Amino acid sequence: MKKTPLNQIHKDLGAKMTDFGGWEMPVEYTGIIEEHQAVRNKCGLFDVSHMGEILVSGENAAKSLQKIITNDLQKLEPGKIIYTLICKADGGIIDDLLVYCLQEDQYLMVVNASNIEKDFEWINSHLLAKTKAENLSDKYAMLALQGPESKKVLTQLTDIDLNSLAYYRFRQAKAAGIEMIISRTGYTGELGYELYFEPEAAKKIWYRLMEAGSDFGLKACGLGARDTLRLEKTYPLYGNDIDETTNPYQAGLSWTVALDKGDFIGREKLIEIEKNCCQRKLSPFKITGRGMARHGYEIYAESEMIGKVTSGSYSPTLAESIGLAYLKNEYTEPETEIEIKVRKRRVKAEVLKGPFV
Amino acid sequence: MSVKDGLYYSEDHEWVREEEDCLVIGVTDFAQEELGDIVFVELPEVEEEFEKNDAFGVLESVKAVSDTFIPVSGKVLEVNENLIDNPELINDDPYGDGWLVKVDPADDSELDELLSAEEYAEFIEEE
Repeated sequence: MKKTPLNQIHKDLGAKMTDFGGWEMPVEYTGIIEEHQAVRNKCGLFDVSHMGEILVSGENAAKSLQKIITNDLQKLEPGKIIYTLICKADGGIIDDLLVYCLQEDQYLMVVNASNIEKDFEWINSHLLAKTKAENLSDKYAMLALQGPESKKVLTQLTDIDLNSLAYYRFRQAKAAGIEMIISRTGYTGELGYELYFEPEAAKKIWYRLMEAGSDFGLKACGLGARDTLRLEKTYPLYGNDIDETTNPYQAGLSWTVALDKGDFIGREKLIEIEKNCCQRKLSPFKITGRGMARHGYEIYAESEMIGKVTSGSYSPTLAESIGLAYLKNEYTEPETEIEIKVRKRRVKAEVLKGPFV
Repeated sequence: MSVKDGLYYSEDHEWVREEEDCLVIGVTDFAQEELGDIVFVELPEVEEEFEKNDAFGVLESVKAVSDTFIPVSGKVLEVNENLIDNPELINDDPYGDGWLVKVDPADDSELDELLSAEEYAEFIEEE
């Protein structure tokens, strides 16, 4: 298993470790619920160094990416970030990712850990001339500092004015004396920052942040809390809620598809999908009976199977069991009653508008 | 991780306590620690009968679903109704308020097949 530069720190803190896409990662330190609440109410620090970074640079970098991604790269300028998808010609989602415009001909793509090699090959094979892609995943460590108090924590380590750093904007600056990308992004739905820097500096930055955060309730947080936090905000998780068999329209990600920007991979098929509407849609639900929904559980309306759970967990904020599922269109209206097969029983649930929190 | 003296233990991480008219069954401190925050509990019906090692309940933590296996054969006399609304009792007090069921044993000699506190402590050491 691959290890991040902070592996030993996690173990010393007593974290439960798990295999996540070939990486040995911390699931929880003191408890998922406690860590979840720290991020909603104060702040939490996540090691997300498993995420991949692919740098695309050269004369035709922008042109190449405009063809590869679904969102419109024109919205970008140095210092800005967009969330986008990469789709196959049939509209299936290869990955969801962030694109950072470092300079006009230099873009950093931050991709899911389990997709690094696949994405790199795909991007590489679709580049125009005078452009190159480099897999820099081993050159970056990454920390996510998330929660309402995160600005106060980070301010202590950097000279830049974080008040002027807007959502989906970044700066290349120093924090704790280390050159890094400070990005106003995250996967929790709270105020927060993602920091990218050389792996050698990871321990120093971890300790400095934990020290700076000690007055603000900063807690080390694992992938368990990261999952419940994103689910409460109905952010999709690649491999669970979206994959190559699902398309952006089903997944509620049509806002990441810029059909009018000119040609890109998947465009033709996506125009068709948009026109014909989807047969099923990713829908948030909560359990109203007794039970918990889990990935893969079947969903019924009377005797008809109408979908499957893609994400299901406990919501620490609501103290309820919540989830996401692809449901047949006629069942996606809020307040529709559905039933989830939990082991041998059927448990009642209700479709919601979402996000949950 | 605490292992309580005077109880019997199974390799599936359940404990059994002898009371005058029944056996009380729960999961060990080691088990609750492994599971993490328990948020949902499914328990059997009173009067339901089980053979040793049958799955008799389900514990769900935020991340995982886990069956509980009965360490002795018998009939359920009582289930811990408090756990329905307060499943976290299992995390907070696994050997006390977090008990799962009380059972009328079918065969008292089955207790001898279980581990002592000392043997169980060794067993989890190796896990």
